[in-house]
Amino acid sequence: MDVNVEAKRILAVSISKLYASRTQRGGLRLHRSLLLSLVMRSARDIYHSSRESEAPIAAAPEEPMDTSSRAEEQTQLPEPESEPQPVANGAEAASEVSDSREEESDGETTEDKENVSPTRQSRKRRGKASAAPDFLPSKRARLEPGEERYAAPLGSCRTMAGESLTTLSLNRVIPAF
Amino acid sequence: MLAGSGGDMQWCFSQVKGAIDDDVAEADIISTVEFNHTGELLATGDKGGRVVIFQQEIENKNYPQLRSEYNVYSTFQSHEPEFDYLKSLEIEEKINKIRWLPQKNAAQFLLSTNDKTIKLWKISERDRRADGYNLKEEDGRYKDPNSITSLRVPVLIPMDLMVEASPRRVFANAHTYHINSVSVNSDHETYLSADDLRINLWNLEITDRSFNIVDIKPANMEELTEVITASEFHPNQCNTFVFSSSKGTIRLCDMRASALCDKHSKLFEEPENPSNRSFFSEIISSISDVKFSHNGQYMMTRDYLSVKIWDLKMENRPVETYQVHEYLRSKLCSLYENDCIFDKFECCWNGNDSVVMTGSYNNFFRMFDREHRRDVTLEASRENSKPLQVLKPRKVCTGGKRKKDEISVDSLDFNKKILHTAWHPLDNIIAVATTNNLYIFQDKLTG
Repeated sequence: MDVNVEAKRILAVSISKLYASRTQRGGLRLHRSLLLSLVMRSARDIYHSSRESEAPIAAAPEEPMDTSSRAEEQTQLPEPESEPQPVANGAEAASEVSDSREEESDGETTEDKENVSPTRQSRKRRGKASAAPDFLPSKRARLEPGEERYAAPLGSCRTMAGESLTTLSLNRVIPAF
Repeated sequence: MLAGSGGDMQWCFSQVKGAIDDDVAEADIISTVEFNHTGELLATGDKGGRVVIFQQEIENKNYPQLRSEYNVYSTFQSHEPEFDYLKSLEIEEKINKIRWLPQKNAAQFLLSTNDKTIKLWKISERDRRADGYNLKEEDGRYKDPNSITSLRVPVLIPMDLMVEASPRRVFANAHTYHINSVSVNSDHETYLSADDLRINLWNLEITDRSFNIVDIKPANMEELTEVITASEFHPNQCNTFVFSSSKGTIRLCDMRASALCDKHSKLFEEPENPSNRSFFSEIISSISDVKFSHNGQYMMTRDYLSVKIWDLKMENRPVETYQVHEYLRSKLCSLYENDCIFDKFECCWNGNDSVVMTGSYNNFFRMFDREHRRDVTLEASRENSKPLQVLKPRKVCTGGKRKKDEISVDSLDFNKKILHTAWHPLDNIIAVATTNNLYIFQDKLTG
């Protein structure tokens, strides 16, 4: 599906931009990071709404510098929204959804270390700690396309059946770029 | 002096400043342009942290049609690169904004800011020096006290004009995020500085404290949905200011209402056209600049594709909308990939608020005549840089057959962008900054 391809491409481009902006002089720009994350969210929602029509996946890829709480909220999306739709409607639905729930953003930047509240540590990040974000180069060995990643199932909402399919296909997206 | 823009105003090349090289040194990239309140001085800031001030010379009697030329008056290093050791972050020296203070005495004052620190600079002229010291020789060496047999009063003698810039105040450590705006209040005593999430109010005399007047930082940063993109004081109501957001809204605040102006007095927002929805709708609705009209009745906002004029008395929609380069709407994906979609264009009013101007790509800039409902696209290029050469209007071909002299959208050079423009407050002289060159154009004087 055209929309799906475009969504995947935009997602990959966004992630590489987000990653590149880490090395920018002057540090991460909050405004730019926010805009990137908004585009990524739309693209990701489109992508997943079309994936969900194939397999019941509710997991969302973890975005850089994000906590798993975003993924949790993603999984709470009502199923009807996962119908594949033309771009305009899909993007609109995605934005409506994102408007209706409390938004998070990649605005949590390295600039803001002093504002990290204690509660943030108690979120379910621990469960994800062993599963590094899919798209960022991690300090561990890279996944080869075809490999599957197994998330630590510590009360995380991501232990749904199709998760490995999602991570698998998105891992393929990145090497394409 | 400022004629109405009646009829077809023609613009002529006047001057261009900057290197001719195609190879642009990053430090030379112009990051801000601002006329002072009389238009006699024109300041530019660049990525290397330097400020260059041009002064309009006294009119050339031999060539009255040339009007007056702008020549370098003062150059100084305003900001240096710094390092924040706590966060392991480099602080860029790039000058984000320059704002002139209204002149109070012989010296000129301006505020210049980078991402974190605002500085008040005094620019003063020195054309005399003291001569006839009792204790010192001409060359500065101290005399042998025993050789001094009489006293005299030193006299001031003329010398070559020297323009000195000295930092009078440094306003530091008040912004966690990147400063995007400064604006001097009409009370001439205070000014505001805005970063992504907060706006601070300063007294020009006091550097060790500022008042926080807007704070949109959510308790949980993960709930962040919008940032402040620009802010400005009202030109004559010292209690009123506006700030624009990345969501395309503008909030007008009254400082008399409360100490913290988080609750706006007015919220200006236009509902989005649902047929224009795309992946990039949020990015292109982000407002990159907001400017009050000189008469204080209107304000203008610039988003990626358009310029909007708002009546301060009407919040639900702008009174005028001008498309800057609507042909880019179908190219947003490519513009996202090459980062151009993040470009922050500024906009400006002419002296009597009848015409507005903003930049575009391919070194094009656009003027919208509000009175006569006319718009024109002009180009800043060295090819049209013969003295008083009249600029030919340019046209972008959006589809179908390309006419002669038109340029097709795919041929536009997106590396050549005009982000910063300024209009002389009292005359039809404009300053247009390309990447590293400053063009000065004037309207064709008739008769």
